[in-house]
Amino acid sequence: MGAYVIRRLAYGVGVIVGVLFLLFLLFFTVTQPDDIARRALGEKVSVEVIEQWKVNHGYDRPLWPWQDWDDNLLFEHYRRMLTFDFGVSDADDSPIIDRIRAGVGPSLSLTVPLLVLGILGGIPLSLLVAFFRETYIDRTGVFLCVLAMSVSIILYIVGAQYLIGKVLRWYPISGFDADLLMLPRFLALPIIVGLLSGIGGDVRFYRTVFLEESTRDFIRTARAKGASEPRIMTHHVLRNALIPILTRVVLAIPFLFTGALLLEAFFGIPGLGSMTFDAIQANDFSTLRTMVFIGSLAFVLGQIATDLSYGLVDPRVRFE
Amino acid sequence: MMQIEPYIFSNVVTLLLILGGAFVARSVSRERLWREAAVTLWTRRRFAIVVVGLYMTIGLFDSVAWKGGIPEDAIDVLPNAPLTLVDRAFLGTKEASYSSPFASVEFYGGSALKHPGSHPFGTDILGRDVLYLSLKGARVALLIGGLTSLIAIPLALIFGVGAGYFGGRFDDFVFFLISTLASMPGILLLIALIMAMGRGTLSVCIALGVTSWVGFCRLTRAETLKLRELDYVYAARALGVPEFRIVLRHILPNLAHLIVITFVLMFSGLVLSEAVLAWLGIGVDGSWGQMIDGARDELSRDPIIWWNLLASGASLFVLILAVNAVGDAIRDVLDPRTLKEPS
Repeated sequence: MGAYVIRRLAYGVGVIVGVLFLLFLLFFTVTQPDDIARRALGEKVSVEVIEQWKVNHGYDRPLWPWQDWDDNLLFEHYRRMLTFDFGVSDADDSPIIDRIRAGVGPSLSLTVPLLVLGILGGIPLSLLVAFFRETYIDRTGVFLCVLAMSVSIILYIVGAQYLIGKVLRWYPISGFDADLLMLPRFLALPIIVGLLSGIGGDVRFYRTVFLEESTRDFIRTARAKGASEPRIMTHHVLRNALIPILTRVVLAIPFLFTGALLLEAFFGIPGLGSMTFDAIQANDFSTLRTMVFIGSLAFVLGQIATDLSYGLVDPRVRFE
Repeated sequence: MMQIEPYIFSNVVTLLLILGGAFVARSVSRERLWREAAVTLWTRRRFAIVVVGLYMTIGLFDSVAWKGGIPEDAIDVLPNAPLTLVDRAFLGTKEASYSSPFASVEFYGGSALKHPGSHPFGTDILGRDVLYLSLKGARVALLIGGLTSLIAIPLALIFGVGAGYFGGRFDDFVFFLISTLASMPGILLLIALIMAMGRGTLSVCIALGVTSWVGFCRLTRAETLKLRELDYVYAARALGVPEFRIVLRHILPNLAHLIVITFVLMFSGLVLSEAVLAWLGIGVDGSWGQMIDGARDELSRDPIIWWNLLASGASLFVLILAVNAVGDAIRDVLDPRTLKEPS
């Protein structure tokens, strides 16, 4: 177990090093510091202004270690990212770390309820559909899932803002208030949209997993010894399907982050997603690469946590 | 060097696509297994296949362009611009501004239209026919799905089959590359790539290709690992068949069903991703995503403009639904057992 954990962690570190290298390729070699400066300052600025801007933002050094071993952008990029010293935004010179600190709370207040409600809604629904397999309930359920998956999330956002926010006036169209009494009112609409856009894929996936489990030998044994069908679904199928479900949930964490990008940006929630959205609009490369790094870091850590938790969920798994 | 005009390039590609389609149809009809699969598919999803075919026909009609033949009194186009069949069908239908479906007067102000009652989906703020714009979107959507798949699938095959078949160092490298790319959240990597390469159709397609090949690569690698151990591959190797020929004759044909399934299932995801990108302001010109983005504010006008959103949203939804329906059926027909949900 100990050796496995160390190996797994080492691989995670390797992946992070790889991610940082890809980011360096994208944001320093494909887009050179000169391009970044020009996009931040506009086309018609003098060379001196660009040079000064590069000095201010720490871009005034050669790219590669073989050009200057002690002072180059590649090592500097690794040093800054790995020590969480993200520097200032390329667009408005504000410290990135402060904005991340301010954005984490609003982001989590949206994504955590979204993830929890998605699981609580998706699993019972798909158990129900799988319970009625090969009947018209199952077929209708699958058809509704495909229907829900075929609608672009942007249509859900526009539709919900118009129908629920404007015509029915149940909830505010967009905005945010950290006050605990007001918060649910502002989060209701984005959470409804997030659930709608995710539920189709979720239910279909869980259904496939449950159907796969329900053809196993131990299910037949359980049925033979007289266990009732609902009990088989909840005790035998669900518990054995936990591994793929767990994998799916962890894989959904960074996807929640991406879904939150749209939801936050268009429902006016001042989280990390809106921050990324603003960075796209403002050609703010330093914020953008920081967000990609943080997203990847979260994903890698989540993956390691899943791999290790397999042993807790499923006693059949042994770490070699 | 002589500059080839884009419209000639587009015509050549269209011709190649038609020839390629005919070739695939011929190959399918010659192999019994594939022919039976195609017949089953047709009987199961007749309607969805017809819908997809309709979109493809519109897309092809919008890809064949030529110059000249423009009437003297056409005002909205340059006299020397290459126009497609779809452009020509809607030549001169432009109005001054908004008009609702089948209206005979303008939406605001109520002055008379040039072509009363001839715009089934109304016109947009610049007076362009919305039906025309929606039809133009078909080509963009198919281009995004098709071009990206042409980038992603070969990439995944080269790396996946190579890693699975040859193993060793190359396998380690590919596996590391896959895990690295897979750890970067999809949409953020997509945005980063487009921002770094600059905006435009090609860079959007490359970015979508880079982010979408990983899943399929993992699948082909795992499948190749299984195929490599089969008896006939050992037999071929014992007979002295070159490795490259084994891959070509014994591995790749056994991956063909996976390629078809992935292509169809990937397609809808790609078109939906482009819609999201369009909403973030980094999409492809003329796509439905961009139309929806433009129509967003029109809902808050009073009285509201709804036909733009409805037309573009419905065009997108129907295509995705039809492709998803066909994709599901293809998966059931070609691979009833082994394939899991692509993530």
